[in-house]
Amino acid sequence: MISLSASDPTTTAGAPAGPRRPQQTPAPGEPPTVSVQDVSIVYRTTFEKVPTFKSAIVRLGRGERAVREVDALQNVSFDVPRGTSLGIIGANGAGKSTLMRAIAGVLPPTKGRIEVRGKISALLALGVGFNGQLSGRENVVLGGLAAGLSREQVEERAEQIAEFAEIGEFMDLPMRTYSSGMYQRLAFSVSVHMDPDILLIDEALSAGDASFKEKATAKMDELMASARAMFLVSHSLGSIKSLCDDAIWIHKGKLMMHDTPERCIAAYTKFLKVGENAFTFEDL
Amino acid sequence: MAHDTTPDWDAELQVYEPHKAGLPRFGPYFRDLVDRLPFAAEFSRSGIRAANTQTVFGQLWLVLNPLLLACVYYILVAILTRRGGMEFLAHIVGGLFVYYFVSNSISTGASSVTGGGRLIMNMAFPRLLMPMAAVRTAFFRFLPTVPVYLLIHTLGGGVWSPTMLLGLVFLGMLVVFGIGMAAFVAALQVYFRDTSSFLPYFLRIWLYLSPVLWYPQDAPERFADLMVLNPLYSMIGGWTETTLQGVVPPVEMWVAGSLWAVVALVAGSLFFMSRERDFAVRL
Ligand SMILES: Nc1ncnc2c1ncn2[C@@H]1O[C@H](COP(=O)(O)OP(=O)(O)OP(=O)(O)O)[C@@H](O)[C@H]1O
Ligand SMILES: [Mg+2]
Repeated sequence: MISLSASDPTTTAGAPAGPRRPQQTPAPGEPPTVSVQDVSIVYRTTFEKVPTFKSAIVRLGRGERAVREVDALQNVSFDVPRGTSLGIIGANGAGKSTLMRAIAGVLPPTKGRIEVRGKISALLALGVGFNGQLSGRENVVLGGLAAGLSREQVEERAEQIAEFAEIGEFMDLPMRTYSSGMYQRLAFSVSVHMDPDILLIDEALSAGDASFKEKATAKMDELMASARAMFLVSHSLGSIKSLCDDAIWIHKGKLMMHDTPERCIAAYTKFLKVGENAFTFEDL
Repeated sequence: MAHDTTPDWDAELQVYEPHKAGLPRFGPYFRDLVDRLPFAAEFSRSGIRAANTQTVFGQLWLVLNPLLLACVYYILVAILTRRGGMEFLAHIVGGLFVYYFVSNSISTGASSVTGGGRLIMNMAFPRLLMPMAAVRTAFFRFLPTVPVYLLIHTLGGGVWSPTMLLGLVFLGMLVVFGIGMAAFVAALQVYFRDTSSFLPYFLRIWLYLSPVLWYPQDAPERFADLMVLNPLYSMIGGWTETTLQGVVPPVEMWVAGSLWAVVALVAGSLFFMSRERDFAVRL
């Protein structure tokens, strides 16, 4: 994952909290940039591989409902004021990606309310909606238009995006020819060049190489000066520590803790019954 | 939670709440929809590019495929009804090309949401753009067939008159109708993935019930009054009467056609919009 501390593991143990960058502060009386209020999300999955008329008719005959409910989030509440970069940690299947998709407005909450103030750019777990048949450049244009930019803005930015992603002539080749790292470079580059007020990043750099991770980290730091909030989901506790100044820990859909990154990580790693250092090293 | 009264803070406020059965607020939804129309256009354009229809042979195939089908139907009808001649061929070609526009709108529309995959899972935008993009794609596959139709029309000794321009009104109805139908089947496909397997049969029957292989005035006496119940009777009938025969269709066709187009658009998009928040969890 993105980690400034990768080169120097000792800093991860006792480094002072928070990033060292200029960041915005909330004006007096300003409501939180993102407010998650008692949100629950339930996935309703069917046992059938795909729902069809045929299976619906068969089910009708037997009078059964083949639906299983997954409580991905349960009564989660927290506020994120301007200037915060929030780290989100938790085990696999905890509900982190679900929370991100809800904040991005893709997934409506089953219960509760989410208030978002500002333009969101999200780099979600599944990557951008890229089409493998199209070239990187065409996908960038498409992604920008879907995010609500105008055509001129997109075309102007495509150059910057290509430059930042450093994928050279692959920019004009179909994306099915990309390696997964190149894919993520482009996806990351697109989401940070959308002038976001709020940036959501979910496990988006796992395939990037060391130099790109460093570059990405620097870019996120830079963005925090202009953006209002950043959300970072990562299993790399080191990057959470170095990039975030606030953190939440989710476990099985419940908000366990909302505290400084240090304390959340300490509690989380203790919970996992693994020494903090051992866990961090392993992860890096 | 701070519900600040300062309008400043709420200028960019977006609220996400449960709205299972209800509709989104129309104001912001349609503003967003209009704002992102360039996305739908680009999505359709890049889909066409990816399908290689930009190449000469791709374009040729777009014309050749319906043209060959038109020949097949022409022979079939010629044998069955002993009707023939260039003028009748022109009628079949004109009707069939525009019928394929509707049929393509519906069948590409059906998979527009389920095929949208990651775009739907990862991005928040008015989903109605997806079936709209599908109709745009179908329209751009229809366009290259228009010159061919006009050529056959000329070869068949057809008249050229300003009345032909009225056909554009019927084409407009077909576009509006296509968007409504595409939205409807796109939403249905999310819940029943075999929708698109049933569609071809349904569309085929619809073709036979529409005045493509027969003239609008051929409708059997006892069904003549029921014909307005078939939306394509008025729309395709109006299209061929204006563009091929250069006559102004009877007023019922205008009224029924535009009514059907509006009803399909409103009902189809309302159904779609009432379900669209559900799509992300069901893909
Ligand atoms: N589309 C879906 N349909 C049904 N259940 C789902 C779906 N997506 C996620 N879930 C379930 O919701 C729960 C939370 O999943 P989520 O993807 O949010 O976890 P996560 O915290 O991101 O995990 P990871 O660290 O592995 O990325 C899991 O139990 C998962 O099985
Ligand atoms: Mg995840």
